[in-house]
Amino acid sequence: MKDTDIKRLLYTNLLCIFSVFLSIFIPSFFLDNFSILETHLVWLGTCSAFVTGANLLLYLVVKPNVSSKRSSLSHKVARVVRCWLYFLASCFFLHIIFVLYGAPLMELVLETFLFAVVLSTFTTVPCLCLLGPNLKAWLRVFSRNGVTSVWENSLQITTVSSFIGAWLGAFPIPLDWERPWQVWPISCTLGATFGYVAGLVISPLWIYWNRKQLTYKNN
Amino acid sequence: MSRMQKISVLLFLAWVCFLFYAGIALFTSGFLLTRLELTNQSSCQEPPGPGSLPWGSQGKPGACWMPSRFSRVVLVLIDALRFDFAQPQCSHVPGEPPVSVPFLGKLGSLKRILEVQPHHARLYQSQVDPPTTTMQRLKALTTGSLPTFIDAGSNFASHAIVEDNLIKQLTSAGKRVVFMGDDTWKDLFPGAFSQAFFFSSFNVRDLHTVDNGILEHLYPTMDSGAWDVLIAHFLGVDHCGHKHGPHHPEMAKKLSQMDQVIQGLIERLENDTLLVVAGDHGMTMNGDHGGDSELEVSAALFLYSPTVLFPSVPPEEPEVIPQISLVPTLALLLGLPIPFGNIGEVMAELFSGGSGGGSSRGDGDASHPDSPALAQVSALYINAQQVSRFLHTYSAATQDLHVKELRRLQELFSKASARYQHLLQHPREAEAALSSLTADFQQFLRGARAVCIESWARFSLVRMAGGAALLAAACLLCLLASQLAVAPGFLFRPLLLIPVAWGLTWTLLYAGVSVTTGSKLDPVVLGAVAAAGSLLPFLWKAWLSWGSKRPLAPLLPVPRPVLALLLIRLATFFSDSFVVAEARATPFLLGSLILFLVAQLHWEGQLLPPKLLTTSRLGSSAPTAPPRHSGTHALLLGIGLLLFTRLAGLFHRCPEETPACRSSPWLSPLASMVGGRAKNLWYGACVGALVALLAAVRLWLRRYGNLKSPEPPVLFVRWGLPLMVLGTAAYWALASGAEEVPPRLRALVAGASAVLPRAVMGLAASGLMLLLWRPVTVLVKAGAATSRTRTILTPFSGPPTSQADLDYVVPQIYRHMQEEFQGRLERTRAQGPITVAAYQLGSVYSAAMVTALILLAFPLLLLHVERVSLVFLLLFLQSFLLLHLLAAGTPVATPGPFTVMWQAVSAWVLLATQTFYSTGHQPVFSAIHWHAAFVGFPDGHGSSTWLPALLVGANTFASHLLFAVGCPLLLLWPFLCERQGPKKRQSLPGSESEARVRPEEEQEEPLMEMRLRDAPHHFNAALLQLGLKYLFVLGAQILACALAASILRRHLMVWKVFAPKFIFEAIGFIVSSVGLLLGIALVMRVDGAVSSWFKKLVLAQQR
Ligand SMILES: [Zn+2]
Ligand SMILES: [Zn+2]
Repeated sequence: MKDTDIKRLLYTNLLCIFSVFLSIFIPSFFLDNFSILETHLVWLGTCSAFVTGANLLLYLVVKPNVSSKRSSLSHKVARVVRCWLYFLASCFFLHIIFVLYGAPLMELVLETFLFAVVLSTFTTVPCLCLLGPNLKAWLRVFSRNGVTSVWENSLQITTVSSFIGAWLGAFPIPLDWERPWQVWPISCTLGATFGYVAGLVISPLWIYWNRKQLTYKNN
Repeated sequence: MSRMQKISVLLFLAWVCFLFYAGIALFTSGFLLTRLELTNQSSCQEPPGPGSLPWGSQGKPGACWMPSRFSRVVLVLIDALRFDFAQPQCSHVPGEPPVSVPFLGKLGSLKRILEVQPHHARLYQSQVDPPTTTMQRLKALTTGSLPTFIDAGSNFASHAIVEDNLIKQLTSAGKRVVFMGDDTWKDLFPGAFSQAFFFSSFNVRDLHTVDNGILEHLYPTMDSGAWDVLIAHFLGVDHCGHKHGPHHPEMAKKLSQMDQVIQGLIERLENDTLLVVAGDHGMTMNGDHGGDSELEVSAALFLYSPTVLFPSVPPEEPEVIPQISLVPTLALLLGLPIPFGNIGEVMAELFSGGSGGGSSRGDGDASHPDSPALAQVSALYINAQQVSRFLHTYSAATQDLHVKELRRLQELFSKASARYQHLLQHPREAEAALSSLTADFQQFLRGARAVCIESWARFSLVRMAGGAALLAAACLLCLLASQLAVAPGFLFRPLLLIPVAWGLTWTLLYAGVSVTTGSKLDPVVLGAVAAAGSLLPFLWKAWLSWGSKRPLAPLLPVPRPVLALLLIRLATFFSDSFVVAEARATPFLLGSLILFLVAQLHWEGQLLPPKLLTTSRLGSSAPTAPPRHSGTHALLLGIGLLLFTRLAGLFHRCPEETPACRSSPWLSPLASMVGGRAKNLWYGACVGALVALLAAVRLWLRRYGNLKSPEPPVLFVRWGLPLMVLGTAAYWALASGAEEVPPRLRALVAGASAVLPRAVMGLAASGLMLLLWRPVTVLVKAGAATSRTRTILTPFSGPPTSQADLDYVVPQIYRHMQEEFQGRLERTRAQGPITVAAYQLGSVYSAAMVTALILLAFPLLLLHVERVSLVFLLLFLQSFLLLHLLAAGTPVATPGPFTVMWQAVSAWVLLATQTFYSTGHQPVFSAIHWHAAFVGFPDGHGSSTWLPALLVGANTFASHLLFAVGCPLLLLWPFLCERQGPKKRQSLPGSESEARVRPEEEQEEPLMEMRLRDAPHHFNAALLQLGLKYLFVLGAQILACALAASILRRHLMVWKVFAPKFIFEAIGFIVSSVGLLLGIALVMRVDGAVSSWFKKLVLAQQR
């Protein structure tokens, strides 16, 4: 049971990575002179859309959490609305955090916000897909010994690595290399993306490696 | 026993500080360069080298190496006259609006002269060598040499120039030198002037005294004719820059005034006189100088003669020449020998000879057909001979200069001079030879200058390595000892004896060896030997334990994320970009640490009630106590901290290296604001910040009940602090409105603005004295028969200890007393009971600390500009929130040992650094707030230098001092937060009524800081550990700075970024370590006072 879980996790993660790559290549078919650095905001939008799409697809296909007891239409709609609200709230929350960390308050608002959107895509959207709009469950997953399945474990790892990637992405900004990617927030978005992809790669491997030690309470 | 422990803790920390100091001193002596000052003099009789000159003029009066072109010179030195101040502005294009920058195009007389008499005048852009401080520039402008970096610090303690210089040559040639202006010249050239009018240069806020003083004497002196060289050094432009910046309307006025001066001089000039108008350096966008940014190193240089001076018309764009070119040029034009140590290059075109005025030129020259070109080459030849002689003498005295390059230069020179001699013998040769000779001499002179520039940046690698090794060993000692200090069987006494014995042995050994060999005893080396010697036993032990394969865990006790953060911080010292951007990088790292702390709290399950979480493993790190805060509480603390950090970041001053960045306008004094309404609003905000600070401290003391105490320090907080606030507010009102005061009140205002700051500082000092005298701020009520009976609300309780341990005798007495009182209370309620109420012993240490900090903060705040008071308010709020957040994550180990976590110390140091920047400082010399020296001393300090240095130092390192003194709060705060435990959440202790109603709750009363008292051994160990950890984090920073400076010593930015950073970090370390010792000593003083207080209670009880 567990090994199959890990295998499924690996495939889903590969799909997510694939969606990130698609977001780099697909738009260049439709848009002239598309490149990650030149038309960064466009890429941010597509990347966010693709990753969200991949996560939704996985949610519908794999359904890792089989806990929806009541499934009336109104309930579903309410759930979707709440997910939207959560997503928006997380975007604004991250935006505020960025500003508190030193992002410009007035200038580059759109850039900062899109960065928040992308980082939310990498972190909040998987949480929403896996755990639903349930803050207590989120808090549980992100505490010591709080995970109950490989999915949650993977979620934990990808989320943390996305944040760390975004954090590390801030470091090249002050350097005097004069590269185009050192401009706010390009290095941070790139860092977040690398962190997300790295998390997706690492989590199945890490879980596989530590499968003897990992005992999930509910499994 | 306990006292011995305290003393040995303090002495041990002092010893560790000494280790660091010795390392810093050793490194500095190898890193900060000095130049050998030769005392040789050039003389008229002795030509600079062999070979004949085209003039047989050596014997003639008034002509030494070359015949003099001018017999008199007027040198007008306008301090900080940047090149663009003097640059003529082209009349603007009709379509565009005229540019209205205050400093542009104000020197109209220069422009007029350049247009009307292009052969008489020339404007140059003179390239200044850093450091661009006035004294260094004056040295360079008279000696023609390059003052080194180490001189930069001695700006206020100038010394007479020992090297050969223009003034010395002038006086020995019998010229009458008249000086007026900046009194720096008095120190540099004592007794050299035939007549002098000195005016104090120190008060940079005073724009007019020096200039008006000069103007009073300038024209009369000139008309009297009793001078050969007239030097006028105007300071108004520089002071205007310091006070208002170049973009202020005042600058336009000042420059227009200078324009009139130049105009007046030009009208009075006679034909034998040369007029030189020069700036000694430029100024930055903020009006400061000292570094080497483009704006600082470009100065204006203007030459004018009533006779024709230049053969050609000026070029479109003024020529760029090194500033020291003026020295050999002036010397030769005046017929003087070039100063011995000059490495400047003559401005050859001035020697091509004008048409009319060349009355004093020699005969041989006039008959020569190629005379202008030959004269140029001859001037260059003499100059090259002199530089060659200097290089020869200098390289014989030291091994500084690059030998290979020197040989190449000598070859170049000897070839060129041979060709020159050949040319003199065969004067009919082509002009091409002359121009190639000119090029060769110029190449030699420039090469020589480059060699000197490079070699006067040479280091003693041995000392640098030794210093760095000493720093590293001291850091290692801190790291290991901080782990050992809290180990159970830790002994304090041998801590000190062994190292001191070893250190003394080695010192004596070294002293003996150096005395017997007869070499000079170098105090720096002596200190380093003592430090290294005292470190030996420790290093030996560390080596042994390493050999015996002890686990490496104690070597890296720092939690890994914190370690990563520390390493990142240390790594940033190695990048000039990050050092420049530290003002932004530090809040970022601080914010990361804060969010990490919050996340860790959540991860450990301390943020949320455990019922929300599925499982909670009971690990060693997870405390058994339930969380002391609600989750939102810690989250809010974190967000609030981030918010305050960001707000403090709004006050920031830009480093010169980032032109795109705009400094916060809030760091300028209110006096420089133009709008009246905005000024009043800001003034209100600043006073509001003061009041808020005062209210916050009072609220805090009230909350913990210490404000009720009738002790003198508390009375001082109640009455003295508001007085200080009043004094500060009044001083600010005077300072910000001083310009608008009616003249008849000027004297009154001046007097008040001297008295008020001194009064505030005096009040603060007396408050600190009171605090030291009676540091126990508790309320004791002993006596009979008050109707309002009070029970003991002291936080002491717990099961009585079984053993009568000597160490714990006072707590024992304390507990005994408690039982006694309770018994009596019950027995003798009717017959006038003896009641004792000691309020708020639980916060007695922190109360003293907080009082001390606020008393320290006020004088420091006074030294800053008004609006920095908001930063001080933020500082207190930030540290309050940070302490709460840290306390939330610190388990209180009840019996001890107590520890201070690494993340706490790291966050504290980061906060100190962040405050350093948000109070408007930068680790560069040009950003030092010199105006702090005038707080309370509006007229300057006379000849005293230590007091202004102290004031400026206190301003610069205010945040270092405050945070270091407040460091023990890191240890105390978790105990303080104990009161918010779940047991007593509803009933606030401190409300007497409740305690009276429910006396049985005393058992529940949290012990808070009395837990520390109950275990004096652990308390001392924790203080020691705290000190060592703090010293480690600071020491690692200074080590990283030293390593960065030594590894990157050939980096382009070494003098601009790394060396100033190292110096600031080193001084900051010294200030912090002293502050740390003071803070710990204060805690110990309180502890001692609490002990004697207990004893007194016992005595009173036994009566
Ligand atoms: Zn100057
Ligand atoms: Zn100046």
